[in-house]
Amino acid sequence: MNMKIDVEHIAHLARLGLTEEETAKFSPQLTSILLYVEKLNELDTTGVEPTSHVLTLDNVMRDDALRPSLVTAEALMNAPERAEGFYRVPKIIE
Amino acid sequence: MPMDYEAVIGLEVHAQMLTESKIFCGCSTKFGAPPNTQTCQICIGMPGVLPVLNRKALEFAVRTGLATNCTISQYSRFARKNYFYPDLPKGYQISQYELPICEHGHIDIIADGERKRIGITRIHMEEDAGKNIHEGNGSYSFVDLNRAGVPLMEIVSEPDIRTPKEASEYMRKLRGLLRSLGVCDGNMEQGSLRCDANVSIRPVGSTGLGVKVEMKNINSFRFVEKALEYEIKRQLRTLEEGGKIVQETRLWDPSSGKTQSMRTKEEAHDYRYFPEPDLVPLVADREWIDDIQASLPELPDAKRERFISDYALSEYDAELLISERATADWFEETVKAGGPPKAAANWMIGDLTRLLNEENRTIEECPMRPVRLAEMIRLIEEGIISGKIAKTVFEEMYRTGKDAEQIVKEKGLTQISDSGELEKTVEEIVAKHPKEVGRFRGGDEKLIGFFVGQVMKATRGKANPQMVNELLRKKLAE
Repeated sequence: MNMKIDVEHIAHLARLGLTEEETAKFSPQLTSILLYVEKLNELDTTGVEPTSHVLTLDNVMRDDALRPSLVTAEALMNAPERAEGFYRVPKIIE
Repeated sequence: MPMDYEAVIGLEVHAQMLTESKIFCGCSTKFGAPPNTQTCQICIGMPGVLPVLNRKALEFAVRTGLATNCTISQYSRFARKNYFYPDLPKGYQISQYELPICEHGHIDIIADGERKRIGITRIHMEEDAGKNIHEGNGSYSFVDLNRAGVPLMEIVSEPDIRTPKEASEYMRKLRGLLRSLGVCDGNMEQGSLRCDANVSIRPVGSTGLGVKVEMKNINSFRFVEKALEYEIKRQLRTLEEGGKIVQETRLWDPSSGKTQSMRTKEEAHDYRYFPEPDLVPLVADREWIDDIQASLPELPDAKRERFISDYALSEYDAELLISERATADWFEETVKAGGPPKAAANWMIGDLTRLLNEENRTIEECPMRPVRLAEMIRLIEEGIISGKIAKTVFEEMYRTGKDAEQIVKEKGLTQISDSGELEKTVEEIVAKHPKEVGRFRGGDEKLIGFFVGQVMKATRGKANPQMVNELLRKKLAE
């Protein structure tokens, strides 16, 4: 099967800047990872329900009750930049 | 629109669910708080936290699904929608993709005086993003994450809508329904209800779909119509000029009245949805769903049927009255106070709606009580005031909140049903118009309207029209 991966596209979606060398290096690596996982397709899964969770839990919920929020200063503590209670980011052009 | 093209429209309505706390954490959903005062480790996406679904949010989504004739999914789950934007702290939005909570429903609207069914493809739950604020010419934007994690329902319609008017009717109907279910306050100015519209055009008779354009973030009924009208015209013009419609997202700009392309450079949507590993699946609990079903208020469709059968209203009148629960309640209170249904409906749909619209008021803000309308209709029926005078009385009741009898007395509007007094006026009018009298006697019967009009004018609308008619015919036959 065709396992050619568009490394540039994936890097862009993840906002990673790769050099040409890196792109060339990662392409076969990613392909080999996918080929490795591809092995699972050799298993006969007839009659096995697809699953997205390994836990046998469902319907875990909480009541609609308020809990204290973080104080603003604490919430913003990790932000690279902040101003007047806001996160400050480079201008978003719309 | 030229005869040979039609528009195909589908709406995605985002409704903020009326919960106290956010969808996956205990932060408040209250509108208008200072920036970043309603956030916690979960909604701002700190590592190692675990979201847990708000039971009320699920209940509200199920409630809405049941009320829109949807199937509630036996098995449902959340998914991550991956993209980067400053208002999205985790780098993904928790939403539903495959296996949404509700599917395959419909609601009915009135379009061009006829009932029309609009299919609902799906209803899913998701978290809202934060809010970006852009400063005039500065080089920064500011982010407030209070809204991040607020519970939303996305209600996706089938492409069954054909005109801008139908689109706004659909939204109106949906808003009324959500409000009567108590799941959303429907406040469009605060963004509790907003919609994206997908629109394409195609030759009439064709069943395929044209290239669609998506319009984002429309937050009023008027804008839905305006934005769609503009966009349909734009697409037609493009085709007429031999151009091609490009699949794109456009933004409606209310100030210019135009839609504008969002940067087409923006990459094709590649959200890489996958099942949300932090949230376990939802399995339908039949008993719980039955309880929700049993707790639903009377739904618009049932109410419409009841109004038609109990009050002998036309389907059209019934539909107009049931679109908002408050309007339906107002009507029923009028009837309970003794107002005849048909007359009450006419006054509400006509004069009351007009007066409310003039001041941009909702029926909840109506200064007049339903019992006042019932009393006024009684005065008409008893012949104390004419239907024409009633219009004045009605407006006065609306403006002052006084009751009809008081207004009639104060303004001396009582209908003249005294035959002696009326006879005198009739004689005067007949004497004043010998030419018309001659023509009438010569067979021009239509002139009776002229004479009635003259008498009404002379009595400033207070004459009992039926009596005037009788007296005139008698006099003219002499």
